[in-house]
Amino acid sequence: MERVVIDPITRIEGHLKIEVEVNDRRVTNAWSSGTLFRGIELILQGRDPRDANLITQRACGVCTYVHSLASIRAVDNALGSQLADNGRIIRTLLLGSQYLHDHIVHFYHLQALDWVDIVSALKADPRRTEALAARISRNAHGDDVNDFFEVQNRLKKFVESGQLGPFANGYWGHPAYRLPPEANLLIVTHYLAALRQQTRTARLMAIFGGKNPHTQSMTPGGVTCATELSSERIGEFKYIWEQTMDFVDNVYLPDMIAIASFYKDWGRIGGTGNFLTYGDFPMGPKEPDDFLLPGGVIFNRNLDKIEPVDVTLITEQIKHSWYEGKPEGLNPARGETKPDFTKYDTKGQYSWIKAPRYKNEPMEVGPLARVLVAYGKKVPAVEENVDMVLEKLAVPKAALFSTLGRTAARAIETKVVGDAMGKLIVQLVENIKKGDLNICDPRPWDSMPADGAGVGLNDVPRGALGHWITVKDRKIVNYQMVVPSTWNLGPRDAADKMGPVEEALVGAPVFDTRRPVEILRIVHSFDPCLACAVHLIDAENEEVYKFDVV
Amino acid sequence: MSQGKDLLDKLARKGISRRDFMKYCGALTATLGLSSAYVPKVAAAIKKASRLPVVWLTMAECSGCIEATLRTTYPWIDTLLLDIVSMDYLDMIMAPSGQAAEKSLHDSVLRNTGKFVLVVEGAIPTGANGNFGTMGGGKTMVEVIKDVGPKAAAIIAIGTCSSYGGLPAASPNPTQAKSVSEVTGLQTINVPGCPPNPINFVGTIVNYLLFGKMPALDDKRRPLFAYGQIIHDQCPRRAHFDAHEFVTNFNSEEARKGFCLYQMGCKGPQTHNNCAKVLFNEGTNWPVGAGHPCIGCSEPDFWDKEAPFFNPIS
Repeated sequence: MERVVIDPITRIEGHLKIEVEVNDRRVTNAWSSGTLFRGIELILQGRDPRDANLITQRACGVCTYVHSLASIRAVDNALGSQLADNGRIIRTLLLGSQYLHDHIVHFYHLQALDWVDIVSALKADPRRTEALAARISRNAHGDDVNDFFEVQNRLKKFVESGQLGPFANGYWGHPAYRLPPEANLLIVTHYLAALRQQTRTARLMAIFGGKNPHTQSMTPGGVTCATELSSERIGEFKYIWEQTMDFVDNVYLPDMIAIASFYKDWGRIGGTGNFLTYGDFPMGPKEPDDFLLPGGVIFNRNLDKIEPVDVTLITEQIKHSWYEGKPEGLNPARGETKPDFTKYDTKGQYSWIKAPRYKNEPMEVGPLARVLVAYGKKVPAVEENVDMVLEKLAVPKAALFSTLGRTAARAIETKVVGDAMGKLIVQLVENIKKGDLNICDPRPWDSMPADGAGVGLNDVPRGALGHWITVKDRKIVNYQMVVPSTWNLGPRDAADKMGPVEEALVGAPVFDTRRPVEILRIVHSFDPCLACAVHLIDAENEEVYKFDVV
Repeated sequence: MSQGKDLLDKLARKGISRRDFMKYCGALTATLGLSSAYVPKVAAAIKKASRLPVVWLTMAECSGCIEATLRTTYPWIDTLLLDIVSMDYLDMIMAPSGQAAEKSLHDSVLRNTGKFVLVVEGAIPTGANGNFGTMGGGKTMVEVIKDVGPKAAAIIAIGTCSSYGGLPAASPNPTQAKSVSEVTGLQTINVPGCPPNPINFVGTIVNYLLFGKMPALDDKRRPLFAYGQIIHDQCPRRAHFDAHEFVTNFNSEEARKGFCLYQMGCKGPQTHNNCAKVLFNEGTNWPVGAGHPCIGCSEPDFWDKEAPFFNPIS
C-alpha cells in the first residue's frame, strides 16, 4: 500500500491537493482538499446589493461572468425586478460566450496534456498528420501539411533551446499515452491554434460585457450596454460567434472524438452515480419552461426517473472540513460558517471545501449532469449529438458514466449551446426592429424595494451554481454561494460518504505512483475551480477569527 | 485567383489578418510611450536567443490575471510563452503536477537565482499563521513568497491583489491578506487592475528585455507608461461631461446616446489607467463602452474606497 499526495494539481483554477491510497496499481481510497480560503461572503456583508455581482465575479477569473450573472439574478429575485427581454437575451448570450470560451480552453489547455504527448509529436510525419486531419474532420481549421511542418519545427527549436518552460517535467513517454505521433502533432497544432482562438472568442464577452475576464454590465432587470445594441456591434458578435462555431464543429468536436477513440477503456473509469442540474439558457421569457437545458436530479444512474430539483433539500455538511458546527450541516438559506483550521488529517478534517449534499447524497454537477438530464428528458439537440458521438466511438450508453463520458458531454454541450446562440441573436435583432430598446428595469434604485430575500439558480460551465441573498435597508445582510466545484471537489460528508471526485478516483489505474497521469485525467475531467469552491457563508456570528493554530 | 482566395479564406479562418510580428511590436512600442524608432529594437529584444526565465506564483487570487494574460494579442500568448519568455512555473498551464511541478519551481529558482523575474498573482493571507493558504505540500503562501521573493531579479505584482491586497484584503479582511511588498519587505513593480490589461504586463516585461530594467514608476510603483494619466482625461465620453450631458438611468435615451456616466458612479476621474486608450480584448471594448461606470480597479483599496460603486464621487 502506498499513499500518494499530488499538491499542487496544476492546469486547474486554484489550489487543490489530491491524496490517494494505491494498492496493486489501483486507487483504493482518495481525499480531495481545497487549500485556500479567502472569505468573500464575509466581505459582502453590509455592502450595496448592486456591488455584489462585481465582487462575487472575483470568486473566479476562469469562470468569469457566471457569478456576476448568478448574483444579479439573486438581486432581481429578491427585489422583484422586471427582466427586460433584451436583458434576458444579452445575459444569455454572455453565458453562452462563457461556455464557448471556457470549454475550448479546458479541452486544449487544461486537459489535453493528460492524453497528448507533446514530445512524441517530434517523431510525427507531417504528411501523415495531414492525412489524419483530413480523415477526422472535413475542414480542420484549414490545416495543411505546411502547418504541421511549421509547428513541428517550432517545437524542435523550443526543445533544442533547453528551456522547456511549462512543458518541463511533464510525464512524457508514460505508457498511458497512446496516441500515435501523428495524432499528437495534430493536437499540439490545435493546442496552439486554440490559444489564439480563445482570445477571439473572449471578444464576444467584451462586446456586451465591456471586457473579459471580469465583465461590467449587469444591473437589476438586465444590462447596461445601451450603445452596443447597434447593427455594427451585433454584426461583430455574430461574426465572432460564427468563427468560433466553425472551430467547435471542425476542430474541437472532431478532435475530442479522435482522441477518445484511442482511450475507449476510459469509458469505464472515473464514473459517479448521482447528478444534479438546475437547468439554464432561457430561450424565451418563461422560466424554467423555456430553458434550453432542463433541470433535474438523477439517482444511481437511472435516466428513466429524473426528479425535479427542490433546493430546500440541499445541506452543506462540514464533518471533514475546517469549520465549526453540526457535522450534518445546514441548508444554504440558514447556513452558518465558522472557519476553524486544525490540521490536515485524512481521518478527520482535511479541506476548506464543504460537502454539499442533496437528500444527503453526493451529486456530480457540470456538463455530464446537464447532458444526462437533457438526454433522459429527450431534448432533441442533445439526443442527436449524444447518439452521434456514441455511434462514432462505438461505445454503449453506459460509457457516458465515466471520464470519457464527462469529456464528451462537455464538447457536446458546447455544440448545443453554441447553436442555440444563433437563435438568441435573431431574437435580439427582431426586438430592435420592433423598436424595443429596453435593456433593464427602468425603476431608479431608490424606488425599488429596500428589503427582500432571493435566490439565483444557474447552470454554468462547471455546473449548478446558486447564490442566496438577503437584503435589508438596501444593504446585504446575508450572502451565500453554493458553487459547482464545491459539489464536485468537496470532501466526505457527515456519514463519511465520499465526494464525487473522490468516488470517481477509487478503482482508477495508476501505473507509476511517481507520475500519476491517470489521477490527473479523472480530476481534470471535472474541470475543478477551487477559487469558486472555497468561500465563507454567513457573518451573523462575530467569532470568525477563532483558530487552533498548529 | 482562386488559390489566392483560398489562402485569404484560410488566413481568415485562423483569424490572421495583417497582424504580423512587426505590427504587434509597433503596438507595444506605442503603449510603452517610445518613438517608432524603437520598433526594430523592441523586435530584437523579444527575439533574443536565451529567453528570460519567469516564475509565476498564484496566491490568494481568482486567476483573472493569468486569464487576462492569456488574451494578449500584442504579441499572441503562444509567442509570449514559446518565443519571448521561459515560463518555468505557472500552475494554470504547466504540464506536470505535484512533485514534478515542485521540481520545475525548484530547478528554475536555483538555476536562475538573481536572474529570473517573479510574477505574483494574488494577495498573501497571513491570518491563522498563514494556514488560510497552503501550496506544494503544506507550505504556507507566506513561507513560499518569503523564500522565492528575495531570489528574483525583480518582482512584478500583477493585479490589484498582489499589488495592494485587493479583494481578499477588502473590509473586514477575513484572512488578514496583504500585498507582496507588505509581506516580504521587498519592492515590487505593480501592474494593478482587476484584472489588468495584458498589454501593460507584457509592456513591463518587454521594457525589461529592452533596457535591462523596469519602467519608470509612479508613487504607487505603477509603470507610468500605463498608469500616468487618469481615465477621465482620456475618456471618449469626456465631451459629454464638459457639456453636462449625463446618464441618470441605464434604460434611457441618454444611455443610448453614450452620455457621461459620472452620475451613475463612474470613478474615471480618480483612476489612473490607460483603459480608454488601449481598450481590452484586441481593442474590442472597455467597461465604460458597455455603459457601465468605471469602478477604479487599478487604485489601492478600491473595493472599500470606491464602493458603493453606483454612487457618484462625493
